[in-house]
Amino acid sequence: MSENHGMFGTSGSGDTSGFGGLVRSAANTGSSERPYGSYFDEVADELERAYPEFNDAIEKVVVDRGELTLHVKRERLFETAMKLRDTQSLRFEVCLGVNGVHYPEDKSRELHAVYPLLSMTHNRRIRLEVSVPDSDPHLPSLVEVWAGNNWHERETWDMFGIIFDGHPGLTRILMPDDWPGHPQRKDYPLGGIPIEYKGATVPAPSERRTYR
Amino acid sequence: MTTHDSYASATDTTEGRVYSVTGGDWDSLVTEIGQTKEERVVVNMGPQHPSTHGVLRLVLELEGETITEARAGIGYLHTGIEKNAEYRTWTQGVTFVTRMDYLAPIFNETAYCLAVEKLLGITNDIPERASEIRVLMMELNRISSHMVALGTGALELGALSPMIFAFREREKVLDVFEMISGLRMNMAYVRPGGVAQDLPKGAVAKIRETVKELRHNFKDNEKLLVGNTIWMKRTQGIGYLDLAGCTTLGITGPVLRSTGMPWDLRKTEPYCGYENYEFDVVTTDTCDVYGRFLIRMQELEQSLRIIEQACDKLDKSEGQPVMVADKKIAWPSQLSVGSDGMGNSLEHIREIMGTSMESLIHHFKLVTEGFRVPAGQVYVPIESPRGETGVHLVSDGGTRPYRVHFREPSFNNLQATSAMAEGGMIADVIGAVASIDPVMGGVDR
Repeated sequence: MSENHGMFGTSGSGDTSGFGGLVRSAANTGSSERPYGSYFDEVADELERAYPEFNDAIEKVVVDRGELTLHVKRERLFETAMKLRDTQSLRFEVCLGVNGVHYPEDKSRELHAVYPLLSMTHNRRIRLEVSVPDSDPHLPSLVEVWAGNNWHERETWDMFGIIFDGHPGLTRILMPDDWPGHPQRKDYPLGGIPIEYKGATVPAPSERRTYR
Repeated sequence: MTTHDSYASATDTTEGRVYSVTGGDWDSLVTEIGQTKEERVVVNMGPQHPSTHGVLRLVLELEGETITEARAGIGYLHTGIEKNAEYRTWTQGVTFVTRMDYLAPIFNETAYCLAVEKLLGITNDIPERASEIRVLMMELNRISSHMVALGTGALELGALSPMIFAFREREKVLDVFEMISGLRMNMAYVRPGGVAQDLPKGAVAKIRETVKELRHNFKDNEKLLVGNTIWMKRTQGIGYLDLAGCTTLGITGPVLRSTGMPWDLRKTEPYCGYENYEFDVVTTDTCDVYGRFLIRMQELEQSLRIIEQACDKLDKSEGQPVMVADKKIAWPSQLSVGSDGMGNSLEHIREIMGTSMESLIHHFKLVTEGFRVPAGQVYVPIESPRGETGVHLVSDGGTRPYRVHFREPSFNNLQATSAMAEGGMIADVIGAVASIDPVMGGVDR
């Protein structure tokens, strides 16, 4: 948890008004208790039945705002994904990509990858969340499970620096190939580079007075 | 072949086997290349190419005119919208996200606002009239977006007239947008809690008239293209992608519906009250460019049906609020449309500056600092003209988003280029990409 106070001159918070006195805490919600409600119990039961290592693989189950999130251990991510896709009663045949979130305060779990899944067969949605430490940002690639994750994983590598092992060609996708750093990380400043235009140099947004 | 190259600079190899194409060794070089049997050409199409639908770069490996490998290169329009949004209030985020998929701005705004509202837990408090206006605007937007898809798609395949007709009709829709929001594109009209302002007087009547005109004028393009032999020869059986391909690639929207799968989030997971509207989900089972073209054509009519029903509902809800009642979230004033677009309402300024100190403080706090959103994350999908636009929002409890991520259908669907184009002719790539209808602003964000 980090705390920012004061008017202009705050750094590290996104507060550009300077009046927020923002307190930023690592979003660390506890595990939800059964019954989860809606179809979530059924999904959890079916997965448990189909996947004997369920208790080892799933770190916690969070139900929040009508959405189910399964926090999966990264070693078990691939197996869990396969079970979710192939089990008759689950059939999550569509993965809507992967998205990174950076929590610098969540020590040794800094980088999170979030996979929204969709089952067209049962009209259900769930979410997988995996965390990796900044010092060892490796995750198994799910391109073999859902081919459409290809570009999404490249984007997450590009923006967060999460390395997806087994990806057929993990290269930058949005930023230029030789770009230093991963722009969506919290320690990467907004803009980051000064802008040159007609001979004059405008400092990077993070260096301008109102943003500091 | 020589063993010494006197023209080589200090850093080049000067010993061993040295080729110099200007010298007398050209013949042996040509013979050597000629010995490889296959003739492969790599063509770089784009990023500046009239047929690539924006700054899309296609790297095509050809054998004769057949494509053996197609790769898409993107990123030329990356503007860091997701990063920028983290430095602005939740309300200001609307102005950023509307610029992602610039042909479907209302969809970006609505998806984003629905996600913010879900985080706030006020989904059920949104006034009905606000949802009706959102539906109206979204369906109008679907028409203007499909018009560009059809028009440019036809243009890229060499048919000019459909493009002129399509853009003519699109102008009519944009006129309606201008009347309602003051802007033709990127309106930032949908806001967390509702919409920026109520419809102006006479808007519903004008929309009804526009619907009539559109319905009549859509026939021009229908007559030109549906059943047209040349058009069918260029599009039928081209860009084939079946249901299994679509699901594994995560493809949604008209491309998915062209496989016969009636998947439309307006039906399967209704939002904004879509369950109260009568419309059909259009499908074809051809899995090709022609099928996707037909779907877009017929979705225009379905959108018109929804707009008419929305107009009826809006007549009934005349005068009701268009912003959530909670004063800690709702934008403090209704804006008004001036000659230079949407701006401050003079009446409101008169009130806060002249009569009420509390209103001024409230206005100042809410506008500069914004409202706080309880910590957590949500994923909200809606059906945009190109498929599922999903918004993943993470809040840390502050006045600014912790993470904004758009799952853009254009970005995802563009991956299908290889599957659709490989093994086909080079001329058919254009049709295949056009049928995906990628908008590069959405792809690169």
